[in-house]
Amino acid sequence: MSNYTLRLFITGHTPQAERAIANLKRICADELQGRYEMEVVDLMEDPEEGERQRIIATPTLIKQLPPPLRRIIGDLSDKERVLSGLDIFPILNDDGDAHE
Amino acid sequence: MSRVRTPQVEKLPSGVPGLDIVTDGGVPRARTTLIAGTAGSGKTILAAQFLVEGVRQFDQHGVFITFEESAEDIRRNVASLDWDVAAFEAAGAWMFVDASPEPGEPVIETGGYDLGALIVRIEMAVKAVGATRVVLDSLGAIFNQFENVSIIRNELFRLTVALKQMGVTALMTAERDDEYGPIARHGVEEFVTDNVIVLRNVLEGEKRRRTAEVLKFRGTTHQKGEYPFTVMEGQGIVVIPLSAIKLRQRSSNVRISAGNAELDAMCGGGFFRDSIVLVSGATGCGKTLMTTEFISGGADRGERCLLLAFEESRHQLMRNASGWGRDYEAYEQGGLLKIIANYPESCGLEDHLIAIKQAIDDFRPNRVAVDSLSALERVSTVKGFREFVISLTSFIKDTEVAGLFTATTERLLGGESVTEAHISTITDSIILLRYVEMLGEMKRGLTVLKMRGSPHDKSIREFNIDGTGMHIGHAFRSVSGILAGHPQHIPQRELERMEELFKDVSPSD
Repeated sequence: MSNYTLRLFITGHTPQAERAIANLKRICADELQGRYEMEVVDLMEDPEEGERQRIIATPTLIKQLPPPLRRIIGDLSDKERVLSGLDIFPILNDDGDAHE
Repeated sequence: MSRVRTPQVEKLPSGVPGLDIVTDGGVPRARTTLIAGTAGSGKTILAAQFLVEGVRQFDQHGVFITFEESAEDIRRNVASLDWDVAAFEAAGAWMFVDASPEPGEPVIETGGYDLGALIVRIEMAVKAVGATRVVLDSLGAIFNQFENVSIIRNELFRLTVALKQMGVTALMTAERDDEYGPIARHGVEEFVTDNVIVLRNVLEGEKRRRTAEVLKFRGTTHQKGEYPFTVMEGQGIVVIPLSAIKLRQRSSNVRISAGNAELDAMCGGGFFRDSIVLVSGATGCGKTLMTTEFISGGADRGERCLLLAFEESRHQLMRNASGWGRDYEAYEQGGLLKIIANYPESCGLEDHLIAIKQAIDDFRPNRVAVDSLSALERVSTVKGFREFVISLTSFIKDTEVAGLFTATTERLLGGESVTEAHISTITDSIILLRYVEMLGEMKRGLTVLKMRGSPHDKSIREFNIDGTGMHIGHAFRSVSGILAGHPQHIPQRELERMEELFKDVSPSD
């Protein structure tokens, strides 16, 4: 079982940034219980990190681990797109519910 | 004391040669100016040069934000223009913000986003180097990186506001599809900027013509229309500010010798020191000789002469001159003569012009001769040629030197050259050399057609050429139609009759 390292870059705590944080927390709680590390980086406080990671748009979610590295931008409101972007495919049981 | 003044937008001199004349002093300070152009029109070069000249000439630091090529690609590309960006970076005068797309997987978009991170990075870079100048290259590339065009539009608008708050003067480049169509793709000009410069790279009669045009500057003035430019190695873009050149040259009453006593007499005592003389004639009828006499007439009096030859090689010119008893080699050794012989086809007309200007600036001649102007016409469009002649004339007049241009007529007898048609109004004097067929013999005729600001001999004089040069003789009397190319002998009786006719109507009668 691999661990996910996720970094969410925001520029100040705008409503959009707050939405992205809430959406990401919910997705992780639902799909990656205990298998992830999540960090929120505010570029207003640490602009150098934005330069190093070459962030242009915010919010940007970077999946650093497991490889390959993926970038997802936006408020993460579309769960299906976020999951496929992170290469997370829920395992479905016979009832069509996610496997516990 | 209270004078009402309309608030003028201040300008920041770009330092790009010629551009500051066309822009009436530079680009609007603390504003964003859009540089729009088709692929290969020189947008990125202009953007980079804006920063380079800032560092070099004004000690103003710059930030280069790239959306398309990587910083490394740009460093390498502009190195071919002798710009050492890495050295500027090391000196803390230049910083890249690399916003070029990451290779690999496409970015996934879900929901709304903004370009806050980019703005933060730009602010950081501007602060880090203390930047006065910022360029963004290019807007089209940032639209290609994202799916949601309306977000990007809004964000770019926010970015220009942020740049203004930072107090930097910015250039943004944007692609356009047609040379004479909408200003830019994605309609960026509508929201990004009040100031637009368009760069063009037009194919005109098999020749490329690069031009720059200031389309608008809100709240301040600029020159109107397209101005040709060229990209020079080691210099970058050089705009040629043709009609924006002011007619500020003084006109002098000092006469100089044409190098031929008889011709001096015909012109009323020689050419004026700061005038342009056009010598027109068919091939082989004495234009190069007249050029040679013009040069020796200067060099013999200790004046410095610059000869720009486009039809004959150095060696041929030397041989010709010695055939007429003039020693070009001695003049050269004495530092009185500089010969630049080039094939007209060796480069574009704009490049020739800049090379000539450079030569005039370096050599500081008293006299400049161009033999022949018509040869240059071959490598240019009609419009381009006319602009070339105007700017060459203004360079020469600006430095108050005497100029002599030759033009070749297409027909052996009579006729006028295309060159003449374009430039006769620009020149101060025109001398025509013509073949004259008379009674089964080819003779040569010369006339001073125009001599601005001076009376002159209006007759058509016969001249001969021998081992010592040109010898102007008597007027062709009893012949008419020489200039039209149909000389007709008029019998003596007819001449007398005509003289009688004019006597009859004269008021003294």
